[in-house]
Amino acid sequence: MTGAGIGRTRVPLRLTFVGMLAILYLPIAILLLFSFNAGTRLSFPLAGFTLDWYAAVLADGALLESAKNSVVVATGSATVATGLGTLVAIAVLRFRFRGRGLLLALAGLPLIVPFVVLAVAFFLLFVTLDIPRSLLTVGVAHSVVAIPFATLIVISRMTGLDPALEDAAMDLGADYPTTLRRIVVPLMGPTLVAAWLTCFIVSFDEIALAIFLVGGDPTFPVFLYGRLRFAQQLPVLIAMAVLLMIVTVTLTLIAQRLRREDTAIHGR
Amino acid sequence: MLGRRGTLPFLVGPPLLWLTLCFLLPVLLIVVFSFRPETGPVDLLGPGGYSVVQYGEVLGTPAFMRLLGVSVLMALAVAALATTLAYPVAYFLAFRAGRRAALLLTLLLIPFAVSYLLRVMAWKLMLGPEGAINSLLETVGLTDGPVDLLLYSRAAVIVTLVYVWIPFAALPIYAAMQRIERSHLEAAADLGAGPWARFARVTLPLSLPGALAAFFMVFIPTVGEYVTPTLVGGSDGIMYGNIIQGFFTRSANWPMGSALAMLMLVLTLALVVVALRLVDLRRLAA
Repeated sequence: MTGAGIGRTRVPLRLTFVGMLAILYLPIAILLLFSFNAGTRLSFPLAGFTLDWYAAVLADGALLESAKNSVVVATGSATVATGLGTLVAIAVLRFRFRGRGLLLALAGLPLIVPFVVLAVAFFLLFVTLDIPRSLLTVGVAHSVVAIPFATLIVISRMTGLDPALEDAAMDLGADYPTTLRRIVVPLMGPTLVAAWLTCFIVSFDEIALAIFLVGGDPTFPVFLYGRLRFAQQLPVLIAMAVLLMIVTVTLTLIAQRLRREDTAIHGR
Repeated sequence: MLGRRGTLPFLVGPPLLWLTLCFLLPVLLIVVFSFRPETGPVDLLGPGGYSVVQYGEVLGTPAFMRLLGVSVLMALAVAALATTLAYPVAYFLAFRAGRRAALLLTLLLIPFAVSYLLRVMAWKLMLGPEGAINSLLETVGLTDGPVDLLLYSRAAVIVTLVYVWIPFAALPIYAAMQRIERSHLEAAADLGAGPWARFARVTLPLSLPGALAAFFMVFIPTVGEYVTPTLVGGSDGIMYGNIIQGFFTRSANWPMGSALAMLMLVLTLALVVVALRLVDLRRLAA
């Protein structure tokens, strides 16, 4: 904070912030409202309160299946991305070697390729290799787009981790892999979980790649996209999305919290 | 016993292998396919060999070029608007929110955790002729019949995408502002700079790398969009990404689609290189 003696401009920043939050939350509030509305038409006046749509979600096998598919894809791709991103972070921060900058650039590069281009690239890869499109192909693509996020998150926190801790462990007789396993990974624990959750959410919500690469089993966004055309099904989809929103928001809160606790341990 | 140095290949190997096979190789395949002269769902190798006819066709089709220009302009508009709107939000968090900053940041990010598709659909519901805004206005008695709220147009696509990206754009700006030494501002004040002068001479220049990062973090995904235009843009709101997608689905023509994708990739990378020249983004990662 600036000192109390310094004057400030009169720009109503607090009001701007509150206004922005209101705009950001308005569409979400409307979705929430219509998930409890008895009519199938998504318009006012409201037709009365109901929990039918939520009950319908639990009875819709295809809908639940697609959500499960997304969980599987996101879990797999987040695990691969976090693992590889962590390896890049350790290599880049703890070693000097030829191509160090190149490795870092490569790990960040997927971030600056538009998704439609990446989707084409993966589509051609799997066609050329004669690999049928499936949840696996979506997962491979998601792991690649999540690597930059994982790498950046792990690097930003590992920069604050004192290398002397690793030297101490090795002086005491541990080899380097053991040092990584017993010292670095436990100390980086919350950050790794935060990186994993971020990758999970990136994959869980991704549609532009998934549309190109999904086979017969759709992920949740692809399923949602396919059903948006059928207006009378919208309330059920909204109810399902509200349920998933609770999950992803909880994950985001946990990730934020972990990163903050980690900050408290390592300092900025 | 594996020494420090001996561990390095095991650290570099897996990510290098994965990114080469699953990122560089596929991108390279676009290049190869874009030089195949045939049309349709072709193979990597074929009797036709390789030529630049697809590029000639793409560059010679005014409709493609116009849509590319429009998409770049739309992405520039979305990135500029999202960055501009996110700037005061980040400023408030960094300089005015004090101890509540962490909580308020989380509050800002929650909408970003809500399904992207659903947030887009929420706008569709709100903007539509029978949508929430129109029906609410009618129920309350303010209007008589639906007001045209721009659904199915380029403007609808821009509004929706700006809304989607604001929280994300605030992040790098906030991070850059957090790194500004408060003593710089006090020094400026001691030297007689007023609040606006301090902002213009200290805060703004030092936060500019963050703003530029935000701009590109919005521009790149936006320029290749094809899902949002389908949902809220209608036939008037389609973007360059929609033609690329079309060549891989409805009218399968992979070489043409590959050439279109290459053009977009080259253009995007060129813009990023220019931006890196302007501001050293590596300072952001430090």
